[in-house]
Amino acid sequence: MPMDDRSKLLRRYVIDAMRGGGRGHLGSSMSMTEILRVLYDSVLKYDSKDPESTDRDRFVLSKGHGCLALYAILADKGFFPVSELESFCRPTSRLGGHPERGKVPGVEASTGALGHGLPIAVGLALAMRLQKRKSRVFVLTGDGEINEGSNWEAGMAAAKHKLSNLTVMVDYNKLQSYGKTSEVLDLEPLVDKFKSFGFATDEVDGHDVAALEAIFKKLPFSDSAPSAIICHTIKGKGFPFAEGNPEWHHKSGMTETDIQQMYDCL
Amino acid sequence: MRKTALDCVYKLSKIDERVVFVGSDLGPGVLDKMKTEFPQRFFMEGVSEQYIVGMAAGLAMEGYIPYVNTIATFLTRRCYEQVAVDLCIHDLPVRLIANGGGGVYAPLGPTHLAIEDIAIMRALPNMAVVAPCDADEMNRLMMSTLEWPHPIYIRLGKGGDKIVSEEKNGFELGKSILMRSGTDGMFVTTGVMTQLALETADLLKRDGVNVGVVHMHTIKPFDAVGVISAIENVKAVVTVEEHIINGGLGSALLETCSDLRPELLPKIARVGIPDKFATEYGSQNSLLKHWGITSDTLVGAMMKKLGG
Repeated sequence: MPMDDRSKLLRRYVIDAMRGGGRGHLGSSMSMTEILRVLYDSVLKYDSKDPESTDRDRFVLSKGHGCLALYAILADKGFFPVSELESFCRPTSRLGGHPERGKVPGVEASTGALGHGLPIAVGLALAMRLQKRKSRVFVLTGDGEINEGSNWEAGMAAAKHKLSNLTVMVDYNKLQSYGKTSEVLDLEPLVDKFKSFGFATDEVDGHDVAALEAIFKKLPFSDSAPSAIICHTIKGKGFPFAEGNPEWHHKSGMTETDIQQMYDCL
Repeated sequence: MRKTALDCVYKLSKIDERVVFVGSDLGPGVLDKMKTEFPQRFFMEGVSEQYIVGMAAGLAMEGYIPYVNTIATFLTRRCYEQVAVDLCIHDLPVRLIANGGGGVYAPLGPTHLAIEDIAIMRALPNMAVVAPCDADEMNRLMMSTLEWPHPIYIRLGKGGDKIVSEEKNGFELGKSILMRSGTDGMFVTTGVMTQLALETADLLKRDGVNVGVVHMHTIKPFDAVGVISAIENVKAVVTVEEHIINGGLGSALLETCSDLRPELLPKIARVGIPDKFATEYGSQNSLLKHWGITSDTLVGAMMKKLGG
């Protein structure tokens, strides 16, 4: 499926940031770009001029290394100026190699160490319930990330508490840093795993904007269980040299030629 | 001390709706009153400390003050990254109530002995570390925790400890308490070791040696002004802690003096747990003896520094 102009624009923002910082997790950010695009365009309730408004939906990027895609959509939505993207990873920038709460408007939790987002999201979802708020909580994890046992501890708890206001999305690009998830630590049967942990589940092509919009409209999948959406994605999506290539999980020391090569893809 | 701490959580939950309790898999009946009266703010979440700390962070981000309770080793070693990242980097007002500091769980062996908890908690920016000396002080500490805006690690001693703290001294997080003044020497103590130091000071007094006790219920933030004032005019100082000799109270005092008053360093000796895991079981008292933390060793350390 060819990318439309909006998907290309968000990717251009990511390259702007990588050009500024000379580095970044390209592959991990490209697999989740459409998931975030649809969340921020059509699903989440927020006010970019009042990012801490109490009735907002909470989005926790658990795979913090994918922050370039988050920064791109937050800038696009006006949480901070697009021009700030090029400060990525510079000494006094707000935009670090992993996102930080309190520094970046719109970032709910400081992540980067893996397996932290879902436990925090369970706490947020419980708080929403205690305070009788309608706000929903969304958390995006990586696939390699859910090797961490803390996710499964939190998953059991989310089901125990019947957190129908909580949705977990897994960016299932099937590649982690070393190589294929199926070889490093196989997650299959992943949908059944979430089901057996008490989630109501569904799957989607994580780059198909219409399909993503449709699946988010069905939330919650159950009134008495948390929801899990397994998003099938392509690491490095949009950049043929990076697609499915673990070498592009993270790049540093990027040259102008590298950057131009990326712009040329769009 | 543990019962007092949990009773206080109940009392706090009655006066402040922000208070929530999070346990792992504690004994039956824990905080039943709170569970009955405020079931929505009582969480018993299972043997899952990594999740529990993250979940407490999420609640704190939304304005709650979670009191998290389980055995000290599991609340420190097991989920250190969660404590560092979720609580300390975010700087959230979560209270970690850690059962069994030091040798309390002596019969259960080294997996259950929190011997380095103060050191590793003290290493984390934003974390406060407190170790009250008895149940009365635990009560004063707990009732003062609502408004501290940062995470707190609360180390519990064994239950039924003799009451040595005094109400008139109050409790202010980060402020030491001079329990007894002395002209010859000073014990610098924390947790239930303050009791041992007071007993030892009595023994020394009988021999004509005038030794005081300054109680550091808060190891971080460290009350440099208070402790220096207590030790600067005596001839010998002995730190006493039911904690490994590396990185705890004694280290904090040496660091403080090294930075601020290096001329005080030569008169300081440290008593604590040797740098090895326990090889014996028995009781807390037998383990303390095995580790060399007794009145006799305290007297020996003090007299050696006094040149006696």
